Amino acid sequence: MHNTPSKYQLICGMEVHIELKTKSKMFCGCKNDPFGAAEPNIYTCPVCLGMPGALPVPNKKAIEWTLKLGLALHCKINLFSKFDRKHYFYPDLPKGYQISQYDIPFCYDGYIKTSQGRVGITRIHLEEDTGKLQHTTIQGEKVSLIDFNRSSVPLVEIVTEPDIHSGEQAKEYGKKLRDLVRYLDIADCDMEQGGMRLEANTSLQLSEVARTTPDLLPNYKVEVKNINSFRFLEQAIKFEADRQALILDKGETPTQETRGWNSLKSETFAQRSKESAEDYRYFPDPDIPPIHFTQAQIDALQAELPELPEIVIARWENEFGIEPRYSELLLSQTEYRAVWEGLFSTSKKDQLNTNQLASLIVNKKISLSLDTAILISAFKAQTTTTSIDESELAGVISSVIAENPNEVSLYKAGKINVLNFFIGQTMKKIGKKIDTALVKTELEKGLR
Amino acid sequence: MLHTITLKQAIDGVKQKKFSLSELHADTLTAAQEAQQNYNIFVSEPRAQEVNNALISTPLAGAPIAVKDNCLTQGQTTTASSKVLESFSPAYSATVVEKIQTAGGVVFGKTNMDAWAHGSSTETSDYGTTKNPRNPAHSPGGSSGGSAAAVAANACIAAIGTETAGSIRLPAAWCGVVGLKPTYGRVSRYGIVAMASSTDSPGSITKTVEDAAIMLTHMAGNDPLDGTTSSQSVPDFTSFLGKNIQGLKIGFMYEDLAGLESILDHYHDVISVLETLGATVKAVSALDPHYAISVYTIIQRGEVSSNLARYDGIRYGHDRSYFGAEAQRRIMLGTYTLSKGYADQYYTLAQKVRTLFRQDFEKLFEEYDVLIAPTTPSFAPKIGIAEGQAMFGELADMLQEPSSLTGLPGINIPCFRDTTTNLFLGLNIIAPLWREDLLLQVADAYEKATEWNSWRSHA
Repeated sequence: MHNTPSKYQLICGMEVHIELKTKSKMFCGCKNDPFGAAEPNIYTCPVCLGMPGALPVPNKKAIEWTLKLGLALHCKINLFSKFDRKHYFYPDLPKGYQISQYDIPFCYDGYIKTSQGRVGITRIHLEEDTGKLQHTTIQGEKVSLIDFNRSSVPLVEIVTEPDIHSGEQAKEYGKKLRDLVRYLDIADCDMEQGGMRLEANTSLQLSEVARTTPDLLPNYKVEVKNINSFRFLEQAIKFEADRQALILDKGETPTQETRGWNSLKSETFAQRSKESAEDYRYFPDPDIPPIHFTQAQIDALQAELPELPEIVIARWENEFGIEPRYSELLLSQTEYRAVWEGLFSTSKKDQLNTNQLASLIVNKKISLSLDTAILISAFKAQTTTTSIDESELAGVISSVIAENPNEVSLYKAGKINVLNFFIGQTMKKIGKKIDTALVKTELEKGLR
Repeated sequence: MLHTITLKQAIDGVKQKKFSLSELHADTLTAAQEAQQNYNIFVSEPRAQEVNNALISTPLAGAPIAVKDNCLTQGQTTTASSKVLESFSPAYSATVVEKIQTAGGVVFGKTNMDAWAHGSSTETSDYGTTKNPRNPAHSPGGSSGGSAAAVAANACIAAIGTETAGSIRLPAAWCGVVGLKPTYGRVSRYGIVAMASSTDSPGSITKTVEDAAIMLTHMAGNDPLDGTTSSQSVPDFTSFLGKNIQGLKIGFMYEDLAGLESILDHYHDVISVLETLGATVKAVSALDPHYAISVYTIIQRGEVSSNLARYDGIRYGHDRSYFGAEAQRRIMLGTYTLSKGYADQYYTLAQKVRTLFRQDFEKLFEEYDVLIAPTTPSFAPKIGIAEGQAMFGELADMLQEPSSLTGLPGINIPCFRDTTTNLFLGLNIIAPLWREDLLLQVADAYEKATEWNSWRSHA
């Protein structure tokens, strides 16, 4: 099941950052559109530039969206929460601290189901993004420029339990999370641009130990950062599992460090050592009053949630007999959900094979339309068969057999696949859409 | 001589055409220039400016208002008295500055202060110490020392100050003027160079209580840019003036506190006056303010170390080597108290004790309408006192710290003048949250019943 040498069990937790697509930034009224900005530093103000005297005012929408994400991930919500300051110096961090959440995140204790088991969500918190550094050369001089368009864009961080045990599972987790976030319509998750950023904390445990004491974590952790695709995530985790296994086999412990992913060489590389925990000197941001929610507010947000994909998938399977794999693909584009819903109801009423209909749409055998009537008639045209006179069919079959002596001998020699050739020829000759199964039976009789 | 009039007199005089707005400005400018020579009041001196007569119809009628140099003024250098910001020209103005300008006040110089508001004497200023106009050998107090001195020296008509714990009331007490620190959240902090964000409160320093009521009316109000401002409605605070205080219950704090013996008699006189006015005054026992020193020091240093992190030399101003000794000490202590393993022992614990102070006041206000206490434990000390005393400010501000930590409004009014030294003592009146009306009512009644206010006794 895992690519990891079976001697070891991969222990992996993920940290995913997603930029919310609110109209304005997290703590000021500036436009939240860092990727669409025509020039650097056009969406800035004293607040997101960290000017003296400027004060943050939290974006209500961003908080609501974070709670919605939490509810959709089965999280519990802290009715009392707050923002904290996280201190570190970096040129893209204009205040010398990032406004984040420390000990009381908005959401905690949720999960996502994957085909390889449930992945626990430890916490979801809301924070502000930093500016972006650009290292370049101007008139022969190497310079670092800062673009603050991204400074203070709302950023949610979703942290999982170390429940992931393979690269495939990590990829599945990431995709499910992205699909859900898009389904909730709260972020674009553009990975290329950095709208969704993946980090995996990986380590290996002896399989024997993992089995007997599943709660015992390894004594080291390797963080792989700056991964911008799910494929790379899977590759990076597999690479790490193999790399760490070699080190452990030698009786050594892998270095606790942060590693990057080199997609050209398909390998991870050491970035910085993380032997000791950094001290961010967290304390509650005195500029932002603590935030209280009532249970009624949370209930209202819960009620506003659209029917979640996993529930829709189960219902579609029940109601329409649609296989989950088709539903999953159909639901990855939120905006068409209502169209499919209407289409499948009609299809059911017309007593059509709705699963086949879903399959044809997913496989792009029916050209996409938002009009239910058009889709239904296209489906009927492709699948409805006309009846055929038995003697007419018998006549066509004998002529097909007579015209292809070579294929007949192949068939008789045991190459049963040739039957498909005969089916094709027969259908072509008849020129009508007829029941393939009938043709097949009749051909088998004729060839005997 | 127009510079010696009060804000109220200036507004009325201009509106009633007793004198022109430019005469008012010209006289005040002459006085300010002279005061600057004598007392080093301003970081940016007021300059001769053409005043627009359209201002006459505004509430503040174009009156010259001095502004503490930690309040951002667009396009006008704002240093917070630190060399780090020597060349910092803000791209925007503080909300409180904009509000005063909208009401028709004219920014009239930027006043000296302790650098970053760290101190209670202006001695940590990178632009020299301000002298007390009442007696230039003595300190004006701080951190709003420049604003208090400007008012005392008639170098402006009124001034904006800021207080974190005592920074308005202490210099007002030592300079013999009125200093009002509103409820935390009553006046926007947006555009004020942050010191300790959880207690910073902009307020006014004025010649009379009436002037304080006028200033507060135009400074207060909810600001969408400051999430900690309240949506409480803002009344016309002058409507609480001229009322009697018959039957009001007043608690007198710190009667038993060691160290106040030498000044206590003057406060017994205050009590007699208040009783004559019909109030009942009783000594109350309050939580020992010595605890507030530790609590305030820990919380303030922690917040300071965080708030000063942005001055990294990358975007504006000079680099970190330009921080003075006091700022460096505070950054180090604050960094330490917020560090992993220490935050619980210091910052978190201090916040718990802060809650005890809040509860203590809540209990007292169940019985008393307002509380009174000496503003400071002593008269203004000689200049140089803060040198070598890292905790000078915290000790001097001790009597302010409990109410500052709990966000309560307070006002200092002059209540004694020593005829030999010409130095003043102040009365600190403290009211429940959002009850500036009570402060003004009591302060106004006392001011009118006594002769300690220089401008009232001259009037």
